[in-house]
Amino acid sequence: MRIGVDVGGTNTDAVLMDGSDVRAWTKQPTTADVSSGVAAAITAVLRQAGVAPGAIASVMIGTTHFANALVERSQLDPVGVLRLASPSGEALPPMTGWPTDLTAQIGNHVFLLPGGYEMDGREIAPLDETRIRDAARTLRSSKVDAIAISSAFAPINPAMEQRAAEIVRQVHPDAVVTVSYAIGRIGLVERENAAILNAALTSLAGRVISSFERALAAIGVSAPLYISQNDGTLISATQAATYPVLTIGSGPTNSMRGAAFLTGVTDAIVMDVGGTTTDVGVLINGFPRESSIAVDIGGVRTNFRMPDILAIGLGGGTRVHLDPALYEATALDAAALRVGPDSVGFRIAEEAMLFGGETLTTSDVAVATGRADFGDPSRLPALSDAVLQTVWQRIQTMLADSMDRMKTARGDVTILAVGGGNFLIPDTLKGAAKVIRPPHADVANAVGAAIAQIGAQVEQLVSYDKVPRATVIAQLSDEARARVAAAGGDIEKVQIVDVDEVFLSYMPGRAAQVRVRAVSDLVEGRTADATPEASLAAHAH
Amino acid sequence: MRIDRAALADLATGAAFLGSGGGGDPYYAMLLGEAELARRGSFELVTLDTLADDALVVPCGWVGAPTVSVEKLPSGKEAMAGLQRLEAMLGRKIDAVMPIEIGGSNGLAPLVAAAELGVPVVDADGMGRAFPESQMAIFNIHGISACPSVVTAASGSLTVIETSDNVEHERLARALAIALGGIAHMVEYPLSGAQAKAYAVPGSISVAIAIGAAIRQARAAGEDPFEALFTALWESGLYAHAGILFDGKITDLERETQGGFSVGRIVIEAFDGQSRVEVDFQNENLLARRDGKIVAMVPDILTVMDRETADSITTERLKYGQRVKLVGAAAPAMLRTARALDFVGPGAFGYPDAYVPIERLNGWGA
Repeated sequence: MRIGVDVGGTNTDAVLMDGSDVRAWTKQPTTADVSSGVAAAITAVLRQAGVAPGAIASVMIGTTHFANALVERSQLDPVGVLRLASPSGEALPPMTGWPTDLTAQIGNHVFLLPGGYEMDGREIAPLDETRIRDAARTLRSSKVDAIAISSAFAPINPAMEQRAAEIVRQVHPDAVVTVSYAIGRIGLVERENAAILNAALTSLAGRVISSFERALAAIGVSAPLYISQNDGTLISATQAATYPVLTIGSGPTNSMRGAAFLTGVTDAIVMDVGGTTTDVGVLINGFPRESSIAVDIGGVRTNFRMPDILAIGLGGGTRVHLDPALYEATALDAAALRVGPDSVGFRIAEEAMLFGGETLTTSDVAVATGRADFGDPSRLPALSDAVLQTVWQRIQTMLADSMDRMKTARGDVTILAVGGGNFLIPDTLKGAAKVIRPPHADVANAVGAAIAQIGAQVEQLVSYDKVPRATVIAQLSDEARARVAAAGGDIEKVQIVDVDEVFLSYMPGRAAQVRVRAVSDLVEGRTADATPEASLAAHAH
Repeated sequence: MRIDRAALADLATGAAFLGSGGGGDPYYAMLLGEAELARRGSFELVTLDTLADDALVVPCGWVGAPTVSVEKLPSGKEAMAGLQRLEAMLGRKIDAVMPIEIGGSNGLAPLVAAAELGVPVVDADGMGRAFPESQMAIFNIHGISACPSVVTAASGSLTVIETSDNVEHERLARALAIALGGIAHMVEYPLSGAQAKAYAVPGSISVAIAIGAAIRQARAAGEDPFEALFTALWESGLYAHAGILFDGKITDLERETQGGFSVGRIVIEAFDGQSRVEVDFQNENLLARRDGKIVAMVPDILTVMDRETADSITTERLKYGQRVKLVGAAAPAMLRTARALDFVGPGAFGYPDAYVPIERLNGWGA
C-alpha cells in the first residue's frame, strides 16, 4: 500500500491506495508549518482504512509550494549568479527579460566572469580563480547564500562550473550552490534561468522537505519518501531539497494523470479547480500535452518538459469583489463586479462568509445558489437572485474562456472536472460535450502522486565511428526500458520520452553523449516498491 | 515607420517562420531588441523607395551554426565594430542597415546595430527567408560583390575579407566563424541605394511583422493560427502558396555541428504510425520526403511548428518527442528564376533532383 499526498496552497490532500484502489482519502487545510497538515492528512487516511503506519511501503508527495513561491514572488532567497562565459554573452546578462518584481526579490548579485567553453572544447577564456574568490567573498559579506553558477557549453564540459562551485564553497561555507549542468541541457539562457530559480528556492526547499520528513517521523511512518517530478516520475526527498525546480510542474502533472486514472478517459481537457487557481490542461492519449518550445515559470523562460497549462486566478477561495451595498441589488452593472484574481487561500475556513468570516468568496456564492453544500449557509448575507446569477455567470464565462484557449480543435470537448473547487464547474458548460466528475475528483492530485510513473535514464559516451548511431540508440532504449521494468514499471506501457545527444566535438571518432529516458506506469497491482531514478545527470568524461 | 515592443515581438514570430528552421531562434535577438527599446523607445524602419540612389546601405547578420548560438552569446560589440570599420574603410557614413536575411534572429539583429549607429533599418532583406551560405544572397545572384566584408567576434577580434569571388568569401567567412568558436557577426554586400532598390527582397520586415501579428491575433481569438499564417503569407504578395505538409511527432533527430553548420535530419511520424516524413537540414530545412516522395524543396520555405500554438521551432530547438506540424510555403518569385535556382535550388545543396515548386508537388491552388 502507498500514500499519495498533494500539498497545495490551500489544502493538503491524501489518498491511501492499494494497487489501483483508493482505500481512503481526505482533505485537510494546509498549515503554515506544512508538516502538521501533512501529518494530519496521513493520519486521517491510515485511520479511515484501519491500516498501521508500518504497512505503508512508500509515500509520494507532490507539492505546488515551489511553483506558488515563484508565482507569488514570496519566500525567495536572493541569489548570487556567477556566469563563466565572458566576454561572450555580456550583451545578455543573467535575468535579462525577467519580470521586474521577480528580479527585485532575487537582487542583482551578478558576476560576469571569464570562462566557458567553445563548441570544440577550447576555453573561451581561462577560469579566473581570483575573481571567483572575490565574488564569493562579496556574496558572503552581503549574506547571499544561494548561488547559481553557469558556464557556456557546460553540458559538454562541466569542469569549470565544478571548479567554481568548489572555490565558492571554500570561501563561503554557508553557500548552497546550484550548477547549471546538473539541471539543464544545451541552451545557456534557459539552463541558467533554471539554475537561478532553483537557487532562489534553496531555503524554502530545505524547510518544506524537512517538514515532510518531520511529519512522517511524527506519525511513525518509516517508508521511503518520494517527491513528484515535473514529468510524473519520482525523486528522493534529498534530491528534491537540492533541485526543487525539478518538481515545479508536478502539481498540474499529478492532477492530469490523476484525472485520467480516475476516469479512464485518455483525451480531454482537465480543469483542476483549487483554492486559488484553476489549472487547465489537455490530455492526449492519456498523457498531458507538453509545451514544445519553452516553458515560462513565473514569467521566466526555461526548457523543462512540462505540461502545457493555463492557470487562471479562479478557485474556491477566490474573492468576489462587490460593494456590500449592492448585495441585494435587483440588477448588477458588469463593471461593479470583479471576481479574483486574489484568493483567501488556506484562510478560507476563517475568512469566507460561510465560515463566519467577512470576505465574499466564490464558495459562498456556490453554496448560496445550491451548487455546493458545506460550511454554514445561515452565515451567508442576503444576496439577491440577480447578484447570484451575475456572479455565477461571470465564473462560468471565465471557465469557458480558459477551456476555449486550450482547445486544439473546433467542436465540443470532454471536460474532466477535478480539484477541491470542482463544484464551480457545472454539469453543462458552454463548449463542453460533457463534464465528467469522477469519484475522488476532489483529491485527483493526490491520486496522481500515488500512481507516480516509473522513470529511468541511461546515459553513455559513445563513438559513432565505432558503433552506428541507430544501434547505439536502440541499445540504450532497450536498456532504459529494462530498467523501467526492473523498477516496477509496466513493460507493456513503457515509452521512450526523450533521446538527447550532445556531440563532443573535441573528442575523436564522432563522440557523443547520448541520453535516453523511458517512463511507464507502475505495474497494476504491484503494491509499491516504486524507486526514484538512480541518478541525475552523471557525466562521463 | 517605427517598430515598437509589440511589433518587435510580432517580427520575432514572423522571422522565425520565414527562417525555414534557420537563422537562429529570434528569442535572444528579441531580448536584446527589448533592452534597446527600453533605452530608445522605438526603431526606425524605412522603405526602399526612400533611399537615395547613392546611399550606402549595408546588410549584416550572424554567420555560423545556430546550435552554437544558444550557448555562445554575443558580447554586444560585434555589429558596431564591423559597421564602423566598414565606414572607416569606405571613408563615408552608412545611411541604412538591412538584414542579410529576414529569417530567424538575423531578421531582428540589425535593428539594434542600426539604432546604435543612429541610422534606420531598411524594410527589405537579401534572402526573403534564411539560407545557410552567404553567396545564396540575392545580391550575389545579381553579381554584386560581398566585399569589403568585416567579420567580428565576441572575443573582440576583427577580420576584413577582400576577394572578388563571392564563393571564396563564403569559404573564408565560414573558416573564420569556425576558428572563432562557431559563430561570428558579418557585415557584407555593401550596396548603393540603387542596388538595394533593384535587388533586395522588398518589404520583408513588414511582412514578417504582419505574419507574427496574424498568428498572435488568431491565438487570442481562439482561431486557427495556421490558417491565419497562410492568409498572411498570401496577402504579403511575396509568398503565394502555403500549407501543412505533415502532422505528427518527432521520433528521431540527428543534429551535428559540422564545418561551421548545424546539419542533420528530422524524422516526424504520424500519430497512427502509418506515415512519416524526413526533413534534411543544413542550418535551414532544405528538403522533405513524405514516405519517400519529395514534398518540398529548397528554396521553398519549410518550417517545423508546434502543432497547437504554431510556434516555429528552429533547428537548434528541435527535441525528440515534440508534437509538430511541418509547414511549407512558396519562396518569393525572385528566388525561383532559373538563374536564382543555380544558387539556391536543390542542385546548390548537392541534390540530384530538379526543383519542382511546392504548390505543384502538393497540388495546391490549382
